Amino acid sequence: MATTPHPDARIGEVVEAASTAFTAECYTLYGAPALGALVRVGDPAVYGVVYSVTTAALDPGRRVAARGATEPDEASVYRNNPQIARLLATHLQALVVGYNGGGTVVQRLPAAPPHIHAFVHCCDDADLRAFTETLGYLHLLSTAAVPAIDEVIAANVRLAAEARVDADGFRRRAARALAEELASDVARLNAILRSIA
Amino acid sequence: MRAEERSPEDEVFVDAVDSGSAGASFALPDGGEAFASDNAGGGRAFLGMVVGGSLGDGVEVRLAEGASVEDVPVGSYVVIQGETRRFFGMVSEVRLASTDGRLRSAPPPPNAPIVTQALTGTVAYGSVMVRPRLTLPSVAGEPGDIEPARTVPAHFSRAVKASPADVAQVFGEEGGANFVIGTPLDMEAAVCLDLKTLLQRSNGVFGKSGTGKSFLTRLLLIGVLQSRLSSLLIFDMHDEYGWEGGDVERGRRVKSLKQLFQSEVSVFALDERRAGRSKVGPDSTVEIGYGEITPDDIMALRETLNVSEAAAEAAFALGRRFGEGQWLREFLLLEDAGAIGDLAASINVNGAALATLHRRLQNRLARFPFVTDAPGADAVAAIMDHLDRGKHVVLEFGRYGDDTLAYMLVANLLTRRIHDSYRERQSADGEGGSTKPLTIVIEEAHRFLSPAVASQSPFGIIAREMRKNNVTLLIVDQRPSAIDSEVLSQVGTKVCCLLDDERDVDAVMAGASGSRELRMTLAGLRSRQQALFFGEAVPIPVAVQVRDYGSESSYSALMGRTPGRGRSTAPASIPRQGGGARDDEEDPLFP
Repeated sequence: MATTPHPDARIGEVVEAASTAFTAECYTLYGAPALGALVRVGDPAVYGVVYSVTTAALDPGRRVAARGATEPDEASVYRNNPQIARLLATHLQALVVGYNGGGTVVQRLPAAPPHIHAFVHCCDDADLRAFTETLGYLHLLSTAAVPAIDEVIAANVRLAAEARVDADGFRRRAARALAEELASDVARLNAILRSIA
Repeated sequence: MRAEERSPEDEVFVDAVDSGSAGASFALPDGGEAFASDNAGGGRAFLGMVVGGSLGDGVEVRLAEGASVEDVPVGSYVVIQGETRRFFGMVSEVRLASTDGRLRSAPPPPNAPIVTQALTGTVAYGSVMVRPRLTLPSVAGEPGDIEPARTVPAHFSRAVKASPADVAQVFGEEGGANFVIGTPLDMEAAVCLDLKTLLQRSNGVFGKSGTGKSFLTRLLLIGVLQSRLSSLLIFDMHDEYGWEGGDVERGRRVKSLKQLFQSEVSVFALDERRAGRSKVGPDSTVEIGYGEITPDDIMALRETLNVSEAAAEAAFALGRRFGEGQWLREFLLLEDAGAIGDLAASINVNGAALATLHRRLQNRLARFPFVTDAPGADAVAAIMDHLDRGKHVVLEFGRYGDDTLAYMLVANLLTRRIHDSYRERQSADGEGGSTKPLTIVIEEAHRFLSPAVASQSPFGIIAREMRKNNVTLLIVDQRPSAIDSEVLSQVGTKVCCLLDDERDVDAVMAGASGSRELRMTLAGLRSRQQALFFGEAVPIPVAVQVRDYGSESSYSALMGRTPGRGRSTAPASIPRQGGGARDDEEDPLFP
């Protein structure tokens, strides 16, 4: 079902863009990065954090029908119905958390959203470490009105921590930054912190 | 640039650059980092920033990440660098605050250190209220006027713990009229009393029994004595201030005024046997003649004699009948009830009241050996003579110290006559006359200054008239609530050792600004060797660890002070070595 990743970690392209968020269609079915992952779009780069991944029929008018009643397992459903991969598509939605401004990362919204068809790249650990060296972007994340954003924040912090040797140190730093962001909402803060720790 | 001279802006930008240098530079300086990294040098630990407040309630300082509420006790001193001036203030309240009230009901789980650490200093933070009391010269250490604060530092002004240098700047340096009484509770810096200001009003030393009032008073008296700003007349109830006194805490005897300043101090004794512990006898004994006791004295002793007002009033009728100088002698000569009854009828007073008065005077007053029909010498004249010669007078009560009647009779009587004589001189000399000021030290002061008797008592009159006649009081008492509030309100500087009774604390604190923090400070004092000073002789209220007294080094430190010649060469904190007892060597101060 899934094909080999693109050599330059290109995973898809933007199909819908706004100042605060964009949607990209992935080149491969189920080829979206993890929830909370950092992606880079276009040139100069706009950075986004994946907050939602959906896989559905390409044609919204055609519902996907169940096909596995007689198949022994899930893999054989795809193997025996090769058209499925053509009828389905995986989309990711990402919140804009910064951009490259003259060679440096700026953790603010860019003046303009990314272009449609701009290529989406998955950030590697080095990119992730560099971007998350400061944590101002957590403000953009924490104020976004999207479902289950707290889970996205926690996932993002976990990924950024795992990309470092001193994972605990980063967790502590991020927890503190979040505490400053969410100082007036202890219930929400507690939920995120428990999820990070 | 020295660390403590950094402006708040410097700090924020320095931190922003520091954090940015680790990778890409970022637009948002991290406020938390600015707090965390700030630790101004020069002994001034950074506390936090002003985030609100008022002059009346004090300003709120939100504590920075590294500063713990546990290190900022109420009463400690804080310097706040405002935009154009520096403020010196006292912590009046310490608070645990949170940005979200729900934190109380949903605290972090106990086994999640990351969560606790993240919440500490962000959501849950410490906050202190600081009442600005003085403004200092805008640059630390520079000369300039210290004035009462009439405004507050601006938002986000930096607050640091006051350094010993700041405290020294506020309290002045030892020397001249400045007398070192000890150090603030939480730092090594000398706290000086301005004796000149102190002696312009009556003053009070308060504290429950056993908190070291006498100890502290003795120290103050040494300061006054050395300053030569005032003569002292000390009614020494328990023989503490003459030759030697007790140090209950260490169980030792300590030198007192006569032993330290032999040629300057005259000891008078009431007890002719002078069961005292002194190595030298009193300079003189005091006897009171019948003729010296006036009806006013009887009125002041009414409660102690346990006679009715009518009976005390009868003394005035007796005075009119027999004459002021004769009434007591004539009255005590009467022996049978019939004669007293006849006298009562003839001077138109109640017979029973007069009989009671006679009985009490006969049984209680006339039994004192020092009350006599024919005194050897005029005690008042002798005391006045010593005072006029620039000496300080200690009147020891010896075995009568525990007899309230003896103490009150003598103190009232002598004070009335001495005050009268000062008043006469003052009116003869006019305002600003040449008479040396006199400070009268009175223990158990509430007996003389209770609301019932304060208006008639010579002590009440002295306290209220301030130093119009060049006489002031040093009140030493354990029950300030029993002292007339009008008298207490005239007390210029109050020295307060530990007090337990709420009424006593109320009485002492009445009218003091910021009495809330003063109360908390007072409640936190140890029961020995610590006292709260507030009033005119100190620029701001101060809780003091009283300086050492009683060791040889403490005597030399005290005696090494050179009055009136600027800063001492031997500061109190560095006792001079080799200073032994001064009995057998020439006194360099008073050769």
